[in-house]
Amino acid sequence: MFRFLVRRILGAAVILLIISAITFLLFYVAPRDPARVACGKVCTPQTLALVKHNLGIDDPLPVQYWHWLEGVFVGRDYASFGHCNAPCLGYSFQNRVPVLSLIEDRFPTTISLALGSAVVFVIFGVGTGMIAAVKQGKALDKIASSASLIGSSLQIYIVGIVAMYYLSDEWGILDRPNDSSGFTDDPGAWFSGLLLPWFVLAIIFTANYTRMTRSQLVETLSEDYVRTARAKGLSARTVFFRFAWRGAMGPIVTILGLDLGSLLGGAVITEQTFGLHGIGALSVKAVRDNDLPMLLGVVLVAAGAIVLFNIVVDAVYALIDPRVRLA
Amino acid sequence: MSNTTPLLDVSGLTKHFPIKGGFPIRRTVGAVQAVDGLDFQVAEGESLGLVGESGCGKSTTGRLITRLMEPTGGKITYRGQDITHAGRKELAPIRSEIQMIFQDPYASLNPRQTVGKIISGPMEINDINPEGGREKRVRELLEIVGLNPEHFNRFPHEFSGGQRQRIGVARALALQPKLIVADEPVSALDVSIQAQVVNLLQKVQRELGIAFVFIAHDLAIVRHFSQRVAVMYLGKIVEIADREDLYENPRHPYTRALLSAVPEATVDEEPRERIRLAGDVPSPINPPSGCRFRTRCWKATEKCATEAPPLVQVEGNKPGHLTACHYPETTETVPAPRLSKDPEAAA
Amino acid sequence: MSTPFLSVRDLRVHFSTEDGLVKAVDGLSFDVEKGKTLGIVGESGSGKSVTNLSILGLHNRERTTMDGEIILDGQELLTASERTLEKLRGNKMSMIFQDALASLSPYHTVGVQIAETYRKHTGASKREARARAVEMLRRVGIPQPDVRVDEYPHQFSGGMRQRAMIAMALVCDPELLIADEPTTALDVTVQAQIMDLLKDLQQEFGTAIIFITHDLGVIADIADDVLVMYGGRCVERGTKKEVLRSPDHPYTLGLMNSMPTLNGSVDVPLTPIPGSPPSLLNPPSGCRFHPRCAFAEKVSGGLCSSDRPTLEVVEGRGSACHLTQEQKQDLFADFAATRHN
Repeated sequence: MFRFLVRRILGAAVILLIISAITFLLFYVAPRDPARVACGKVCTPQTLALVKHNLGIDDPLPVQYWHWLEGVFVGRDYASFGHCNAPCLGYSFQNRVPVLSLIEDRFPTTISLALGSAVVFVIFGVGTGMIAAVKQGKALDKIASSASLIGSSLQIYIVGIVAMYYLSDEWGILDRPNDSSGFTDDPGAWFSGLLLPWFVLAIIFTANYTRMTRSQLVETLSEDYVRTARAKGLSARTVFFRFAWRGAMGPIVTILGLDLGSLLGGAVITEQTFGLHGIGALSVKAVRDNDLPMLLGVVLVAAGAIVLFNIVVDAVYALIDPRVRLA
Repeated sequence: MSNTTPLLDVSGLTKHFPIKGGFPIRRTVGAVQAVDGLDFQVAEGESLGLVGESGCGKSTTGRLITRLMEPTGGKITYRGQDITHAGRKELAPIRSEIQMIFQDPYASLNPRQTVGKIISGPMEINDINPEGGREKRVRELLEIVGLNPEHFNRFPHEFSGGQRQRIGVARALALQPKLIVADEPVSALDVSIQAQVVNLLQKVQRELGIAFVFIAHDLAIVRHFSQRVAVMYLGKIVEIADREDLYENPRHPYTRALLSAVPEATVDEEPRERIRLAGDVPSPINPPSGCRFRTRCWKATEKCATEAPPLVQVEGNKPGHLTACHYPETTETVPAPRLSKDPEAAA
Repeated sequence: MSTPFLSVRDLRVHFSTEDGLVKAVDGLSFDVEKGKTLGIVGESGSGKSVTNLSILGLHNRERTTMDGEIILDGQELLTASERTLEKLRGNKMSMIFQDALASLSPYHTVGVQIAETYRKHTGASKREARARAVEMLRRVGIPQPDVRVDEYPHQFSGGMRQRAMIAMALVCDPELLIADEPTTALDVTVQAQIMDLLKDLQQEFGTAIIFITHDLGVIADIADDVLVMYGGRCVERGTKKEVLRSPDHPYTLGLMNSMPTLNGSVDVPLTPIPGSPPSLLNPPSGCRFHPRCAFAEKVSGGLCSSDRPTLEVVEGRGSACHLTQEQKQDLFADFAATRHN
């Protein structure tokens, strides 16, 4: 396990390095010049050069990238902002705030949104999937299967707006979505503010988990070892949970890991729909503003989350299935 | 044996699969010695049987001969041409002459292709246009393997297991091969069907003069089909001989144990001699030193652990009967039945 | 007359599938005595495995209709509740399967799998059950049982896995053991080991064994009595000696003639049975073997394709065929001649 973790974390670092370099390159292929944007309407060549210098974009590209890496690993000094401690992701071009602190600000919303909805969709998705598998071919199975088909074809920006309109504005059952209270300041407000987004986001995912759980279980329930367990005299319930479910878990955990990874990188559409301020909203802003340090920051967060959950998934898989050996 | 060049000449054939491991940089830390120094020949029109238990390397050998796999060492000569490491281009003409028949008639046919398409596939790939067109040839082939020639438009799932194996045979025959490597061609079939396919292969071998390397674990079927038989154990040939010699006068203890373990559908008044081998076949990653069979052999001595017995014509063998054993069995001194029920003693 | 330990009477097992009704077993009767081995021979689709899953009650009850009687030691099993069956399975009757790797859970150690059967039926503590698992592994000849007990099935070799499965099936000293092709996937030397083991264990415990196989050689080695199945029905019954020495049904004879032997002539081609095993969705009328039978036209009036031949059993011996005994004597003699030269 130790060797596996060391090897994979080193691998992850290399991947993130490559991703940052590619982002850097792509940014400079784009036609818009951030210095001109920052310089404003009255822009003399002198001020433009000054702005460029202040933003640190007057150096050749490799030098810029090198400075950025320096910042991440040892910290760096800025002409206009002074010293920035490692890990330094630089200052936003747009509002001259450290990128890291912006991300730290926004991250709680993203984590809350991702984990909260995951709890909902795992419980509902896996639960209905299990029922459908046990009642294979019966009415309950058919209802669950068609509901999941409808669910998976829904779009957040429609369901979200409709749900917000009726559930909070018209009927007042749920609070209007907001992320103004953190979990630690006011758990109650945090909970009621996010309840609606959780459920709406979960609707889309639940369908997937229902279908996957059902098909995995249908497969494992017909495995020879499940038959053997019955032949040993174990009860149907024991056989279901100890044998069939155990076999079905691996693929479900894998997909869950990937979903969590991508949700933590920011649920862009969901955040836009509900007016939440997470990493997703930050990414949109960074792109719109041509804000390179900000963009690099959110890209790294998104990629890091996916890479991290990949490692977690592999480790968990090995715990579930002793045949998988980590190396 | 004859002094003409054999159709296929294999010498020192070796295949080691590397095992990756190590930390922090992964590298090759060992090898699975699947096939380790095989020598044998196949004459034109002859059928050579390869028998042995799972893991003995017989299927790997089949894949090496057909060059579906690249050997690690040794030499494969086909009609005087060295094909050991031949590339795609050099192999192209030979590929049509060496064909393969697989075990699983369900998995080895593309379910989305019609039988006609499957059988004419090899002709299309090799751009061969037989007289009268490919479809005519497909009908001929279907006729040869005992299927209705009108069925060339059907799909594999419309056929039974035995019929699918016939389709596999027809595909192998499409390019008029000189050598067919058949890897367990009947073991997935029902008993009543096996004989149909064995008879078909026999007809093909005799009437079309095709040489066979017949890989199987069923010793009775191999005896029925192959004029010469090689017994493999842990990547090596331990004995090779004409079938009469091998089955009536086995000289290697393993051959003898293997034969005595075959259950026969006869009720004898007196029980047959049974030799019970204890334990399992050792791992090919770290095979025993010297003679690989020594860990399960009742005759093993110090010499067997230090010295690998060469595959030679031991005293009393007819020409062409080769045995790799320091203490070959003799028919005169029949050893008492050796029953070993305690695997711990052998482990 | 004493009642047999296991008695199956006129068993019918039908599955409803999307394509229609599959008559997997169609009127089957047999007995098994304690300490004896009944060999059931048949090809794919003969109903041999279905029969035995019925004894344990392992079919999906919603898609299966079962008729007839299965009486184990005086207890009717077909109508028994799931609870009753759960108490019997793995305890009084147990089963070993062909593919031990697929049939053992990959997620639990061998020891846990053996111990949980024992705990379920005896209420033993974890510690006792584990000790019992080690003892069972030792008894089936697994070296270092106290170490191997904590390993997973994939860490065992093929033969060892089958031994572990046998240990699991025997952990509660069952009185009936059903072995469904337990040696088919094994090499011959390992197959011989496993059959010896089963014979030894049977001698020690007096277990009744039903041994299912497609291999007449295996039958010759292990069975006392033989039942030959074809298309969901029994075509021939008798002692091992009777069936293998003087087969009384064209199918049994055909099976024997189609198998090469280690000492037969190699110059004569094998005599296969033409055609393929029947589809049970749409089985042939009359005698299910008639489309493949070499002698069907010897029976006048097309009886073979119209009427189901009855299986008349006298002292455990019988076959279901329309041929008369005289006809069989004539016709089967030629066949026997080609086999033993």
